[in-house]
Amino acid sequence: MPQDATERRVVVTGPPRRTGRAPGHYPPRTEIDEQTTLGHTYVRSLIRSQLRAALAVFAVLVLLVAPLPLVFAAAPEARRLRWAVLGFCLYAPLVLLARWYVRRAERNERDFVRLVEDR
Amino acid sequence: MNSAYTVPAVALVVVATVLVGAFGLRVSRTTSDFYVASRTVGPRLNAAAISGEYLSAASFLGIAGLVLVQGPDMLWYPVGYTAGYLVLLLFVAAPLRRSGAYTLPDFAEARLASQGVRRLAGAFVVGVGWLYLLPQLQGAGLTLAVLTGAPDALGGVIVAAVVVATVAAGGMRSITFVQAFQYWLKLTALLVPALFLVLAWQGDGAPRHAFDEPPAFRQQRTVRVDGTLDLRLERPLTVTVSGTVDGRAHHGGRVSLAAGTHHVERGTRLTFAPGTAVPGAGRAGTGAMSSLAAGREERPLYATYGLILATFFGTMGLPHVVVRFYTSPHGVAARRTTVAVLGLIGGFYLLPPLYGALGRLYAPELTITGNADAAVLLLPDRMIGGLGGDLLGALVAGGAFAAFLSTTSGLTMAVAGVLTQDVLPSRGPLPARGVRHFRLGTVLAMAVPLAASVLVGGLPVADAVGLAFAVSASSFCPLLVLGIWWRRLTPPGAAAGMLAGGGAALVAVTVTMAGLPDTGPLHALLAWPALWSVPLGFLTMVLVSLATPGRVPAGTAAILARFHLPEQLRAEVQA
Repeated sequence: MPQDATERRVVVTGPPRRTGRAPGHYPPRTEIDEQTTLGHTYVRSLIRSQLRAALAVFAVLVLLVAPLPLVFAAAPEARRLRWAVLGFCLYAPLVLLARWYVRRAERNERDFVRLVEDR
Repeated sequence: MNSAYTVPAVALVVVATVLVGAFGLRVSRTTSDFYVASRTVGPRLNAAAISGEYLSAASFLGIAGLVLVQGPDMLWYPVGYTAGYLVLLLFVAAPLRRSGAYTLPDFAEARLASQGVRRLAGAFVVGVGWLYLLPQLQGAGLTLAVLTGAPDALGGVIVAAVVVATVAAGGMRSITFVQAFQYWLKLTALLVPALFLVLAWQGDGAPRHAFDEPPAFRQQRTVRVDGTLDLRLERPLTVTVSGTVDGRAHHGGRVSLAAGTHHVERGTRLTFAPGTAVPGAGRAGTGAMSSLAAGREERPLYATYGLILATFFGTMGLPHVVVRFYTSPHGVAARRTTVAVLGLIGGFYLLPPLYGALGRLYAPELTITGNADAAVLLLPDRMIGGLGGDLLGALVAGGAFAAFLSTTSGLTMAVAGVLTQDVLPSRGPLPARGVRHFRLGTVLAMAVPLAASVLVGGLPVADAVGLAFAVSASSFCPLLVLGIWWRRLTPPGAAAGMLAGGGAALVAVTVTMAGLPDTGPLHALLAWPALWSVPLGFLTMVLVSLATPGRVPAGTAAILARFHLPEQLRAEVQA
């Protein structure tokens, strides 16, 4: 019996796996933590604005990249263009897109914090 | 090539790696230190570490080799490797960090509260990890074989031994230091020789036909064929042959070969006159290079879009990439780290195309011998020569080993973490168990790909890595994106989507590697699976989730809130 008890304890104290902790994890203070309908609406609006930011930047990325193989296939003699675009020109726009997204995502979060704390 | 400087350079990199790793060992004490460096790594150190880990043998050697052989279309690889980080930043970075999970299986379990999905994700982590480790070890073997004439497997064994020692001894904390150090080492090892190579190119009158298709020999060049070779000629070729071509022996006479495929026996010497176009080569027998390249030639647009999709969406699911995000202190830092990473790897990727272009000018015969992956290593000797060429060659060799070591240790870390938590039986007292088990997992994580690399052999590194990306893009990308943004995801949906998308991609990759369908539309479909397997994964996940609405885990709303709420709000609430 004591052996049983120790064995069971070993199993239970395995590496922490973070399930089941989230619901009711925050002390109820705001609407969000109480998970009221209003709180859910707030969180949904944040998720939606973040998703919009991500999709907007992603759309620019797709518009930037997707036509390129077609362009290269249509103009097979433009080899230097291919080398220049793929080897050099695409990296700076990628970094700029990333910075644009981060600025937008952080602004969304700041706006959200302000909105929630004002209440 | 002179190995008097190469061997010390490689040895120096190995010793430095072990030393920097040992420095980490002194500060790594608990299990949490081991896995995620206790989440205290600042953005700058972490960004260098992520980049150092990410720039693998495929980036350091493989891209230049592929560009040399197949031309500028292969530059989609580095573009995709970089853009993959942008996609990761947009959809995954901050929420993944805020999910608070340690690994991909942890994320699956936290989001879906399902042991089954967790185990499935763990299986895919191990699969993708092993698929990615294989070319790293082979690249190491190739490097050492080309530079010193050592047996093919030796380089892989050295890398495996060093990585197992550093990872098992210090875990993630030491790995963070090691990786950051290796990013700067790799950049230096490509940048400094590149400057000298460009100077040499200018001194040579700045010839510009690197961009011509196909590349041509600039000087008379003799190529010794080390294995049997199938030479594919699109137009007739006149060449001086000593040896056996198409079953007929020649002794230094000029031979006119008609267009078509010619079989060249082992040990034959081919001498090309200046101005001759470099013929394409398919290696005799199997090999993913000929197989993937054939698919590419048949359907270039399909292959290019498949490559774009795999790399853009595959990055977020690579086990060694994801694990690094847990080391950021919070979501905002995770985002800023990713931007820094984009800058660091984007800067690095300006260099491999340069080596590819110079390789087309100065070492075009590598396309025939099938050692194109060695172009970066051979160029300094070929273009500069003498003591300077030897020293620069040694620097490049050291950088290449840094590439193998860093990516291999990151992958080993991730695979070992999964093996430790989900596969190995847990027995013994807890604190010792954690670390001891982890060490056992590390050995196991490395043993399988090492054995495979010795047994299989012959995959070009960048292509093999591309296959790992395809599997990751079809399994983990749907799981992460839908898990983070879609509240109706259910455990059966996630499992079905990972099995359908990732499983199909895995089967396609295996069939391609085995070389089953050689040509035709089916072959192209299987060699570049991402274009159909990624949508398949997403679609299956969505449809099965919608069909099982009752299985949406309780508390999904709270979990999604945790993924997306800024920490300052949470910290203040928790206070």
